Amino acid sequence: MARLYEYQGKKILKLSGIKIPEGDVANTPKQAKEITERLGPPVVLKIQVWSKGRAEIGGVKFANSPEEAEQIASALLGIKVKNFIVEKLLVEKKADIDRELFAGIIIDDYHKKPMLVFSSIGGTGIEEIAREHPEAILTQHIDVLEGFPEYRARKLLTKMGFKGKILVKLSSTLSKLYKAFREYDARSAEINPLVITVDGEVVALDCHITIDDYAVYRHSDLGIEIAREFDRPPTELEKIAYKVEEKDYRGTFYFFQMTEKPDPAENYIGFHGAGGGGSMMSMDAVLKRGFKIANFTDTSGNPPASKVYRAAKIILSQPGIVGYFASGSGVASQEQFNSARGLVKAFMEDQIEIPAVLRLGGNYEEKAIEILETFSKFIPAKIEGYGRDDSPEFCADRLAELIKEGGRKVHRVKPIEEYKPPKGVYSFNTLTGKVFIDHSACAKCERKVCVDACSYGVLKFENGRPVLAIAEEDAGKGKCTECLACELACFLEGKKAIHIELPIPGLKEYREKILKEGE
Amino acid sequence: MAILINEKTRVLVQGITGREGRARTKLMKGYGTNVVAGVTPGKGGQEVEGVPVFDSVYEALEKVGEINASAIFVPAPLVKSAALEAIDAGIKLLLLVPDRVPIHDVLEIAAHAERRGAKFIGPNTLGVLSPGRAVLGMIGGRPETAKQWFNKGDIGVSSRSGGITSAISYYISRAGFGLSTIVHVGGDAVVGLPHPDIMKLFQQDPETKMMVMFGEIGTTQEERVAEMIEKGEITKPVVAFIGGKAAKEGTRFSHAGAIVEGGRGSYASKVEKLKKAGAYIAESLMDIPKVVAEVRKKHGLD
Repeated sequence: MARLYEYQGKKILKLSGIKIPEGDVANTPKQAKEITERLGPPVVLKIQVWSKGRAEIGGVKFANSPEEAEQIASALLGIKVKNFIVEKLLVEKKADIDRELFAGIIIDDYHKKPMLVFSSIGGTGIEEIAREHPEAILTQHIDVLEGFPEYRARKLLTKMGFKGKILVKLSSTLSKLYKAFREYDARSAEINPLVITVDGEVVALDCHITIDDYAVYRHSDLGIEIAREFDRPPTELEKIAYKVEEKDYRGTFYFFQMTEKPDPAENYIGFHGAGGGGSMMSMDAVLKRGFKIANFTDTSGNPPASKVYRAAKIILSQPGIVGYFASGSGVASQEQFNSARGLVKAFMEDQIEIPAVLRLGGNYEEKAIEILETFSKFIPAKIEGYGRDDSPEFCADRLAELIKEGGRKVHRVKPIEEYKPPKGVYSFNTLTGKVFIDHSACAKCERKVCVDACSYGVLKFENGRPVLAIAEEDAGKGKCTECLACELACFLEGKKAIHIELPIPGLKEYREKILKEGE
Repeated sequence: MAILINEKTRVLVQGITGREGRARTKLMKGYGTNVVAGVTPGKGGQEVEGVPVFDSVYEALEKVGEINASAIFVPAPLVKSAALEAIDAGIKLLLLVPDRVPIHDVLEIAAHAERRGAKFIGPNTLGVLSPGRAVLGMIGGRPETAKQWFNKGDIGVSSRSGGITSAISYYISRAGFGLSTIVHVGGDAVVGLPHPDIMKLFQQDPETKMMVMFGEIGTTQEERVAEMIEKGEITKPVVAFIGGKAAKEGTRFSHAGAIVEGGRGSYASKVEKLKKAGAYIAESLMDIPKVVAEVRKKHGLD
């Protein structure tokens, strides 16, 4: 669930017609002063972080003059709250509160319907209030095909004793909240407190809105950097990884860092899972074995080899790890040779020196393990492949043994060298990369294994040189699945004439930075 | 018998000409599933694995007659439209395979399905497989592996993780037991047929003698199964394994969720409620065959 800051949530509420206090966002004390001058004191200044209970930690302060606002702002900006540095303050005109309420809409997985939760008592400690005063809480399922018109809200609120103008304003607010919830693909949308002011207005004083990760693509205007639930800002590497996932709908790639700087003295490993349940189970096995994981990664849902390759390259951008562990459920339906090819391409390029245990059990596991064994001789480190009959615990033990045998090497991040295509190279675009074939090398090739290696019939021979057998446009649209089979076959038996370039924007610069820091 | 799918079920594949659609049609046909038609708008007239392709679900129904289930393999943003077309055409069982279907789309699909008396499995599911009969979706990967991995028998499997569905079923088969039907209910927060619905179907299926359930933290599916056991709605033995013990409880952002769910959804809550209701808890995935053997002995199932 992608979280929105209060100021972003309020923008949505305002666009949906719900009343919010007058205000603006300040990035500097000077701006806080100017906003206060414009609004006229008294104002409230609120830190913009993803945290509940901001008032208790002194993150909500009142100011009676522009100068005071400036002072408060300089004290609040830059402080650390949980994992966040406060970068923004919301400065708003102070409201005169008569009564505090609560309104929220969530998704009830049981009934498969949105559900309105309304409380006639609101404010801080709403969860305790709900336990102590169940009579104040009202819940109501909403049919998405019917929506939540104002008359339905009025019917509910009348039962709770609301009357007259307040009843009308409140029902309009609830109906609009539901509209905002639907329109922005929210997982939850809450206003707490929803207040009735002394002069009879219904105003949203604070809000929490989360957006469905899977629908963020429909709302580019929200400026959500990474559509995932984080309790801290994303790391640079996570941003790079997310860009890979965002642009490639084939299979799933998830990358989350536990630490940005794995301590080489500790037992950190790069973790590469497959599938939610299988990854969890595999993670348990390595943690039990005394390892720490630098990152949690999941590539699943039948990802192409190119996606697994990119995941491995990103995992290998973490210095300080002492091993690489890949494991899923063990009985995967996805074609495991894709994972094997992606992994060996990354391992060969980076010439890794830390051992890797890769449990690629399931569909085509024999082929996957064979690929790992064949190419392990081109990789300095020990690489072992396992299948469905080898438990994650056994594989975790193997990794520990290999690390010991190898003298416990610490991973060194390698710079990314730009590929310089030879003159007159034959090339075509794929969905996320580019295939280069050096036909001058092909001229000397007798093996001619590349065309057979392509099980999708993308390549054919023309005058003894491999060329596209399909329209270039189709290759670029995904007919070439980026399975990497031609490149690896040519590497092994041909003249190393094929190079598949799979760019990862930002990774080259990131690795350069890491290398510089390490000096 | 089995549940949801057998060799007679007449299956439609939506998105049959895509990468996944083609590969899985090959699996389904090869395993013995009765795939009668495929749909990709704009590609009518072709054939995939010997299956005729039509431009719309309506046309497919007109040309091939009765269709009992549709497996949907279109990209996530297009799932809603494909599902609503199938529901509108009168198909009563849908399988939504793709991952990353927006949850509000799922809510709309659910609302239409409810009105038309249709059911859906998923989204984000590998599908359903009844050993020796038929597979709907992509469990097993290829016909050869699917045939090799899963034995026919009397244990029903329901799981929230795709890989674990296959793993549990494979390890149970390797231990010498057999399966009536295995179901991946889907990995998302809102799924068409969650554990309680699948357990109910297994309870009614004369061929199923016991169930194995893989649960995860989040949602209240497992707690509701516990309630069904307590109420006597489920009387067949249930072996449960809950994943995510090591996962730290996320800091909740939503008050409304906490107000409504109370303490439910956590690992501890699920295990405690299931134990209290009389389900058998396996401590690890690899322990499941052992627990299954003990339960079968205790209940005289061999």
